[in-house]
Amino acid sequence: MSNKVQIRSRQYADSSVRTGNNVTHKLMGLAAEIWKYRLSYLFIAPFYAMFLLFILVPIVAGVLLGFTYFNAIQFPTWVGWMNYQNLFSQDIIFLQHVVPNSFKFALFVGPLGYVCAFFLAWLIAQLPNVLRTGYALAIYAPSLTAGIAMTVVWQVMFTGDRTGYLNSFLLKWGLIEKPMLFVQNKDYLMDVMIVVSIWASMGIGFLAILAGILNVDKTMYEAGRIDGISSRLQEIWYITVPLMKPQMMFAAIMSIVYTLKSGAIGTQLSGSNPTPNYAGQLMINHIDDYGFIRYELGYASAISVVLLLVCYLLSRVFGYLFSPKEGE
Amino acid sequence: MREVNNKMLRRLYWKRREIALAIKRFDRSQQLIVLFLTLLSVFMLLPIVYILNHAFKPLHELFQFPPTFIVRNPTFQNFIELLSLTQNTFVPASRYLLNSIIVTFLATAGMVTTGALCAYALSKHKFPGAKIVFGSIIASLLFAPETIAIPRYVIVQGLGIMNSYFGHVLPMIAMPVGVFLIKQFIDQLPNEMIEAAKIDGSTEFGIFIRIVVPMVTPAIATITILAFQNAWGNAETSTLFMQDDSMKTLPFYMATLTSNLANSVARQGAAAAGALIMFLPSLIIFLLSQRKVITTMAHSGIK
Repeated sequence: MSNKVQIRSRQYADSSVRTGNNVTHKLMGLAAEIWKYRLSYLFIAPFYAMFLLFILVPIVAGVLLGFTYFNAIQFPTWVGWMNYQNLFSQDIIFLQHVVPNSFKFALFVGPLGYVCAFFLAWLIAQLPNVLRTGYALAIYAPSLTAGIAMTVVWQVMFTGDRTGYLNSFLLKWGLIEKPMLFVQNKDYLMDVMIVVSIWASMGIGFLAILAGILNVDKTMYEAGRIDGISSRLQEIWYITVPLMKPQMMFAAIMSIVYTLKSGAIGTQLSGSNPTPNYAGQLMINHIDDYGFIRYELGYASAISVVLLLVCYLLSRVFGYLFSPKEGE
Repeated sequence: MREVNNKMLRRLYWKRREIALAIKRFDRSQQLIVLFLTLLSVFMLLPIVYILNHAFKPLHELFQFPPTFIVRNPTFQNFIELLSLTQNTFVPASRYLLNSIIVTFLATAGMVTTGALCAYALSKHKFPGAKIVFGSIIASLLFAPETIAIPRYVIVQGLGIMNSYFGHVLPMIAMPVGVFLIKQFIDQLPNEMIEAAKIDGSTEFGIFIRIVVPMVTPAIATITILAFQNAWGNAETSTLFMQDDSMKTLPFYMATLTSNLANSVARQGAAAAGALIMFLPSLIIFLLSQRKVITTMAHSGIK
């Protein structure tokens, strides 16, 4: 702290000495400042170089490519807003299937998965310490399964004839009369996708929420009871959630990232892109379809930009909800 | 109920008495919670139990009707099949496995080291531009690599690191969540401690190694798990940046094995064995560090 004050006062002294306070002096001051912190830049350099190369520059390039026609062979040609115009006026698959599907999938896997994670974490937090780890592990374990590996499980589980586990089970108990085509039928594919995604969604965000709930000072609940909080729900709403905003924010971000990443599940389950009757087609699959099957890279980039914008807006909403207010 | 409880007790045998005492003290709502969570846990673990069993099933059990859940005559046949499957092509499965191990190790180590260094400087050094750097990292937290695969491809090609381990590792090192998490932890360390170390003559690097890293081990353990999972299950770099088959990794190989699995009888066993190989390391890593992650996260928290 004192060090910082010293630096400040030295800066003020410097600027008052240099009465001719022109641009070169300012720049030299900045250069000196940067030189003084050269070690800090050395610390961030390895990560930030990779970050620039593989995240920031690609994002900028992706935005630019969105304004071009690019087929991966010829040099991209500038087409202005054309890709976006086509996307929102002519791409019937996008408007009729991809947007409603993405919305439905995101709504269930995102908010519903998030609420489930909170509810389960809260239940686990009510138990004594010795039992917690076991349950937390059981609920966390599915998120450890790598997407591709699990295809093996799901494909056998949901096989369309009577040898499939689910079909066999339902037939045995007389719940259905003939085997159902779970992943090839357009009516069921989306539901299966949602169930599988929620099953595997209790990852690091869930652990963060659990940690947050356990971290709340127990005396706060007693104080709350004196102040007239009567039910468990009120406790959660007025005490638990406000006290764990950072963890809620982190879990929300992880939830959005997860929802985005799990978009490929439809093609993994049904084994084809596009999915049967576009029933499980999400934004990610649509990008893959145009980018790496049809090689219309400019158009695929434009869809990516739309997706990035949606995610950015969502994160701002969560940031607004969970950012610590002044004085907290 | 008792049976399920017993099973759980066996799993946590070293805490048997403690748990028995805890259950005796339960009130009614806690009993309900235990019942609900036990049923749910069984449901959540079903596919994992299944994958453990499926990998050891002999061929006739894999296609038995009605399908059986638990293996009756366990065998290593599937693993042998997995390893011998590709021996008539150029690349044996062991090569994919070796690639995966090398890539995962390098990517995890690289991510954790560079991420922790960057997070420390961002948290405790108020250098010009720190806010912009951190802001850009925050803004890209939500970034999904799939959305910008095309420019990434062009950059990897431009750097000339296609078909090399660098092409796998470097793109995976850029994981904003890691820096974000570690920084949130370092923010909680009191500045006075670092000032004191400086007065005692420690170098910046010495402070980082001897003071900061030991204090933020929970965050580092968490990030290690995240980075490991990310790298171990990553098929994207193999699909996009590796044309040479001998440079691809296990997840990519799994994808080729499982495509059209539903319609084919061949390779079912090998795919099940491969799935188990993909799943086990993540589980082991998590079991080893779970105490650190769950309990220490609870005490220090992410703020």
